Amino acid sequence: MSLDADTELSGEVPRLFGSKRSQLFAGRRGIVASSMSIIVVVVALALILFRAPGAAAFRSYFMNFHDMWISWVGDPKAGISAMRDALFTNIWMFMIAEVLILFFGLSLAWIRFSQSPVLLPFRILATVYSDIMRGIPIILVIAIVGEGLPALQLPFVSKLPLAVYGVVALTLGYSAYVSEVLRAGIYSVPNGQLLAARSLGLTHRSTMRRVILPQAVRTVIPPLLNDFISLQKDTALVSALGAIEIFQAAQISQGALFNGGGLVVASIFFIVLTVPMTRFTDYLMARDRTRRLANS
Amino acid sequence: MTNVILELDSVVKRFGENEVLRGISLSLHRHEVVCLIGASGSGKSTLLRCANLLETIDGGTITLFGQSLGDARIDPNLVRRHIGMVFQSFNLFPHLSVLDNIMLGPIYALKRKRADVHDEALALLDRIGLRERADEFPDRLSGGQQQRVAIVRSLAMQPSLLLLDEVTSALDPTLVGEVLDLLTDLAHHGTTMLIATHEMNFAKDVSHQIAFLEKGVLVEKGTPDQMFNDPTHEATRKFLERSR
Repeated sequence: MSLDADTELSGEVPRLFGSKRSQLFAGRRGIVASSMSIIVVVVALALILFRAPGAAAFRSYFMNFHDMWISWVGDPKAGISAMRDALFTNIWMFMIAEVLILFFGLSLAWIRFSQSPVLLPFRILATVYSDIMRGIPIILVIAIVGEGLPALQLPFVSKLPLAVYGVVALTLGYSAYVSEVLRAGIYSVPNGQLLAARSLGLTHRSTMRRVILPQAVRTVIPPLLNDFISLQKDTALVSALGAIEIFQAAQISQGALFNGGGLVVASIFFIVLTVPMTRFTDYLMARDRTRRLANS
Repeated sequence: MTNVILELDSVVKRFGENEVLRGISLSLHRHEVVCLIGASGSGKSTLLRCANLLETIDGGTITLFGQSLGDARIDPNLVRRHIGMVFQSFNLFPHLSVLDNIMLGPIYALKRKRADVHDEALALLDRIGLRERADEFPDRLSGGQQQRVAIVRSLAMQPSLLLLDEVTSALDPTLVGEVLDLLTDLAHHGTTMLIATHEMNFAKDVSHQIAFLEKGVLVEKGTPDQMFNDPTHEATRKFLERSR
């Protein structure tokens, strides 16, 4: 082998055109390909919806707009609770749960990074707690809390509305996840930041509060929002306790009208609720990415 | 009243099996500038970190203002408030403005009033010609500007001595000068400094004493004149020849 660069160029000029196939699907020609695939998918879906053996029954069960309207506005005479009222239960449940989860998740993460020997038993407890809570399906946590607390027959805590137990259970479960996300964020802050802060004579506490956490939280906002999107949807699981939230209301209308339109209405509600949050999370991630690319 | 601020006596530091400091003795007087020279891995950085308790030592004693840092009654946070430290990689806080970077220590470690600290911080920025950049974030500044901000951030604590850990090693060659000029200026104003550096000409110009470390041993210590013109040890002579 010669190291002389000229030998490389002396041969044929290298070909730079792609194959016929890649020409059709790549670059500007890709528009043609993508329009074609959209048409194929839409046609396939339409065929399933209108040509499947049970298509007519399916449509009258899930797409009966009259019954969907009834389940939305409710019908006291038929014992159907209005979904448009029930949805506020879901909304306040996740709004209160989010605040509590942030608080407890942060406390758990903070305890696990603490240095004080006094907090050692709490560090162990926090670790065990997060392992246990992440191991139990959230619906079981809801069932245990929602049936367990009333069973204790305590003066105040055993007589709360069902949705409150739902909030407690969601907080218990999600705090474990959120604390792990925050912990990952804390680990992602370069060690030099800790050294610089401690060199200034800041205490461990001030270092966490003023230097480490502000940077950690910024990095984990997208995954944190992802957890909150799941939380919004998981408020539907509180129906397992019999609390009248939107999924429970949908099931009631389903039983009374022998029609699944309410389930579709509930799905639409959750989509309307979560899509802005999902879009916002994507926007934050894209912004973060451009910023990192600009700095490197 | 003695003028010794920091004194190391037979300091030993191990990382597992690896002995990085093998009995180092060194003292630093008020208004004195001592440069630590030696190849990478000779123990310069570790020595600086031990001096402000970022690392614990495995043998010997370190004394600050006549008090042994190994004493159980020592509060590391109080020790560090008297010792400024500047790092190779600046380590400015990216989520805080330049001004807030400088004010953080005085406000939260010394519990001083924001208004008092504010004027001092601006005066420090004035000194390095960056007053108009006070409200910008560190990533908008060049490496040399960031490192100068990091130096005045440690000065804002009004420390009794400064530890500088290869503060120009991460900089473009064109930006090294502005940082060294600031350090030279500080030296002329009597700032006590212990400087780990690879910049031999700077060490020669600014130091009262130069200490040469090799594999965790302090081989030789002397004035720049002795070290550069008439080193006692063969190892010192060889190192300085290679570093030219």
